[in-house]
Amino acid sequence: MKPSGTKSILLSAALLVVVLIAAPLAGSSHIELGRAFAGVSPDHEIFFYARLPRVILALLGGAALSVTGVLFQCMLRDPLAEPYTLGVSSGASVGAVIAICLGWRATGLASLVGAALVLLMVLGMAVEGRRLSSFTLLLTGVTMNSMAFAVILFLHNLASFSQSFAISRWLMGGLEAVEYSTLAWLSVVVVGVSALVMAWAPQWNLLAVGDDWAASRGISTARLTTMGYIAGSVLTGLVTSLTGPIGFVGLIVPHALRLKLGADHRALLPCAFLLGGAFLVVCDTLSRTVIAPTEIPVGVLTALCGGPFFLWLLKSRRRSLWL
Amino acid sequence: MMSFTAKQLGFAYGLYDASFEFPRSGLISIAGPNGAGKSTLLGILAGLRSPYRGSCMFAGREVRQWPKRDFARRVAFLPQSVRLEFPFTAEEVVLMGRTPYASGWFQTAEDRSAAEEAMTITDTLAFRGRDFRTLSGGEAQRVILASALTQRPEALLLDEPATHLDLRHQLSLYRLLGELSKSLLVVAVTHDLNLALQFSNRVMVLEDGRVAGDGMPREVLNPELIAHVFGVQATVHGSDRPWLTYEQTYEA
Repeated sequence: MKPSGTKSILLSAALLVVVLIAAPLAGSSHIELGRAFAGVSPDHEIFFYARLPRVILALLGGAALSVTGVLFQCMLRDPLAEPYTLGVSSGASVGAVIAICLGWRATGLASLVGAALVLLMVLGMAVEGRRLSSFTLLLTGVTMNSMAFAVILFLHNLASFSQSFAISRWLMGGLEAVEYSTLAWLSVVVVGVSALVMAWAPQWNLLAVGDDWAASRGISTARLTTMGYIAGSVLTGLVTSLTGPIGFVGLIVPHALRLKLGADHRALLPCAFLLGGAFLVVCDTLSRTVIAPTEIPVGVLTALCGGPFFLWLLKSRRRSLWL
Repeated sequence: MMSFTAKQLGFAYGLYDASFEFPRSGLISIAGPNGAGKSTLLGILAGLRSPYRGSCMFAGREVRQWPKRDFARRVAFLPQSVRLEFPFTAEEVVLMGRTPYASGWFQTAEDRSAAEEAMTITDTLAFRGRDFRTLSGGEAQRVILASALTQRPEALLLDEPATHLDLRHQLSLYRLLGELSKSLLVVAVTHDLNLALQFSNRVMVLEDGRVAGDGMPREVLNPELIAHVFGVQATVHGSDRPWLTYEQTYEA
C-alpha cells in the first residue's frame, strides 16, 4: 500500500469522528451535550433515544452499503454493479410489501426472508460446478429485480389507501430510531463481516484484474468469490431489512473513492467503510433538518447530494486533489 | 530432472494424447491454427484447467495436486492481454506477482526489491506510477511480464505475448525471453512462425488438439508440415538463419 493510503484512512476516520459528534447535536430542537449526558430532560431523551440510535444506524448502513459496493464492483468487474445488483433489495422489498399488505407487524423480518430467498435463487442459478458465473449472476439479478418490481406494482395496486402509503414510505427507504439491542447485533455483524472483507483486501486486488490472474498467483478464486458474495449479501440484506432500499451510496461512494485513492482495496475498503458511514450520517442529518419538521426521504438526499458531487469529481478527474 | 512431463494428456474436446517432456531451461514455442488447443495446453500447464485426462507432472508432482501457493512460486502464467476496469498503477500490477510469497496485508522490503528488479529487467521503471489503463500495448505487456517475474518462477508460460506488439517491441520481447530462457523454462504460444524459428530452442505444433510436430524449429517448421497444418504454402529462405515466406492459400 502506498503511504498516502494510510494517510487517507486516518483522515477518513477523523472526518467520521467529527461527523458523529456533530450529527446528534443537529436538529429542530436545540440540545446540549453536557445536559444530555447529565441526564437532564428533554436533552437526554432527544440525544439518546431519538437521535443517537438513528445516527448509528446511518453509520452502519452507509458503511455496509459502501463496502458491499466496492466488493461487488470488484468481483463482477463491472463499474455499474452495486449492492442491489443481485436482487437483495428487491427481495427485501417484496417481503416487506407482502407483510404490509397482510397486516403483519414484522416487516423487517419479512424483508429479511425475502432478501434471503431471492439471493439463494440468484446464487443457485449462477452455480456452474464449483464456481459462480459473474455473467449469469448479473443477468439473473437484473431479471429478479424487474420481476420483483412487477410483483410490488401488482400488490400496490391491490392495497388499501393506508397500506399504499406504508408501501411507498418503505420503498423510499429511510432511517428511524431503532432499539439499542437491534443496533448491538447489527454493529457486531456489520463490523465483523466488514473486517473479514478487509482482511482479504490483497486478494480482492488480484480478483479485480481477473479470475485466471488471481488463480495463477495461488488464490483459490472459487472459494474467495463465494465468500465475497455471501459477505456482501449478509451486509446488504441486514441493513436493507432495517432501512429499506437506500440507493446511490453503494454505487457512488466506491467510485468517488477510486478516483481519489486508486484501486488498491487495502486503502479503498477501510475508507469506504468510514466515509460511506459518514456520508449517510450527513445525508440523514440533512434529511431531518432541512425542512423540519417534515422529513425528506434519505434516498432522495443521497442522490441529490451525492450526484452533483460525483459528476464534479468525474469532470475534474485529477488525483491528489484533496488527499 | 524435467520440469513438465506429460503423458497422454487430454482435456475435454480440446486436447488429445499429448506426451512430451520439457527441460528446465530453454525457449519452447507452441504453434498451430486457431482452435488447435494451444491455449488449452498452456492453461493445463499453468494449473488453470482441470480436470484433465492423463498425466501432467511438474517437478515430479501432478499439476493438479500441487498446493496452489507453492505452484505459483515456481510457475508463472501470462494471459494474452489484461484489461482493467479499475485504476491500478503499473507498480501495483507488478507487485501482485508477490502474492504467493505474501504473509499478510503489507508488502515487505523483499517484495519491493523483487518488483524493482523485475521492472529494471523489463524496462518499466519509468512509468511505475502511471495508471495501467493508460499504457500502450507494449508497455502493458512488459508490466505483465514484470509481474510474472516477481513470482521468481522456474517456468514462465506466455499466451501469445507478441500479438499486440509492433515489430520493434516483438523483437525486444523475444530477445528478453531468450535471455531469460538461459536460466528458466519459457513456453510461449505464438502465431508468428518466424519468431518461433528465430528465437526458440524447440517448437511444438498442434493440430486439432493433437501434437503434429515437436522438435528443433528448423526441422519441425518445414513446408510439408506447414502446408498440412496451416493450409498455407511456405518457402524457407536462407540456411544460416532461415526465415519463411508464405504464398497463396493451399487448397487441400
